[in-house]
Amino acid sequence: MGFFDRFRGGPSSRDVAKQRLQLVLVHDRANISPGVLEQIKDEIIAVISRHVEIDREGVEVHFTQDGRESRLVADIPLLGGSRKHQAR
Amino acid sequence: MAARILVVTSGKGGVGKTTAVANLSAALAQLGKQVVAVDADIGLRNLDVVMGLENRIVYDLVDVVEGRCKLRQALIRDKRLSGLFLLPAAQTRDKTAVSPTDMVRLTDQLRSHFDFILIDSPAGIERGFRNALAPADEVLIITNPEVAAVRDADRIIGLIEAEGKGPGRLIINRIKPEMVQRGDMLTTADVVEILAIPLIGIVPEDETILVSTNRGVPAVLNGRSPAGQAFRNIARRLLGEEVPFLSLTPSGGFLQRLKRLAFGGGTEGGV
Ligand SMILES: Nc1ncnc2c1ncn2[C@@H]1O[C@H](COP(=O)(O)OP(=O)(O)O)[C@@H](O)[C@H]1O
Ligand SMILES: [Mg+2]
Repeated sequence: MGFFDRFRGGPSSRDVAKQRLQLVLVHDRANISPGVLEQIKDEIIAVISRHVEIDREGVEVHFTQDGRESRLVADIPLLGGSRKHQAR
Repeated sequence: MAARILVVTSGKGGVGKTTAVANLSAALAQLGKQVVAVDADIGLRNLDVVMGLENRIVYDLVDVVEGRCKLRQALIRDKRLSGLFLLPAAQTRDKTAVSPTDMVRLTDQLRSHFDFILIDSPAGIERGFRNALAPADEVLIITNPEVAAVRDADRIIGLIEAEGKGPGRLIINRIKPEMVQRGDMLTTADVVEILAIPLIGIVPEDETILVSTNRGVPAVLNGRSPAGQAFRNIARRLLGEEVPFLSLTPSGGFLQRLKRLAFGGGTEGGV
């Protein structure tokens, strides 16, 4: 990596290292593996969709970092007809 | 006197803990402080050779803990720097010979005689690390700008925070300005952003470290050693002084290296 990769337009090994570190540390810090995160996501989908209709494909669950604080963020798009509960 | 007790730790081995303890202890002694460096790496004694005091060891830390000698008898006085002492580790025992409580008791005895107690931690996150951390008032985490070292540093910071001793302050060791410049090494800013703890020092990769270790004379005693300068700066920051960080610039960039290849010989460090 390095000088010659830059000619080929690839990211620097520094950038790759930083990205890989950030990713691995998110999981280290929360002690949650990517597999468990998928499981959490599936369970969130199951719970929420019992109450409202959601766009299952669009659900995103990920970590954010603020300094050394980790946060689990879930973004769950609702489908148009989601007012059925209030209507009843 | 009531000493400040500092531990230098890292998680990963070989990142510069022992080098840092030897140099920071010597630098603090140069600044007129009474300092004892404690080697808590039991079974892998190293601080003695890095400090150049290996020939004078009679008793060690485990002898003190097990009551075979007085603490005073195990302390080795440095002949070059008044105020500098070493408490060596045992070489023939292992980490289970000492408990965290033993370490607290031992450093409590030292506290009233010194300004600083610097503890050299073994690698890992097990008993040896626990022993080194137990008595510490302050933690210095040392790492290299490299993926595995930074990852392990992060793990250690988590453990230190869990002990209520966090977050500690960061030393980044073995920075190579040429590699940083060509985008092949994490920068100081990258490492600080990732670990998100305060920085207390940056130390360049420096051959004089190896030469110093060969001779058993800490690099801070060499006025021309860049790493020695970096460690002296850290010592001053420990005393509360505001010291600007070194600007680490490449000694030979790509063009200079190209020139060297083309014309032979060096443009710097030649004769
Ligand atoms: N800034 C530096 N420049 C060059 N070599 C270094 C530097 N810091 C440490 N080293 C070398 O790296 C090796 C490991 O250092 P050491 O202090 O023994 O690490 P640790 O105690 O963390 O295992 C030693 O050979 C040492 O001389
Ligand atoms: Mg060591």
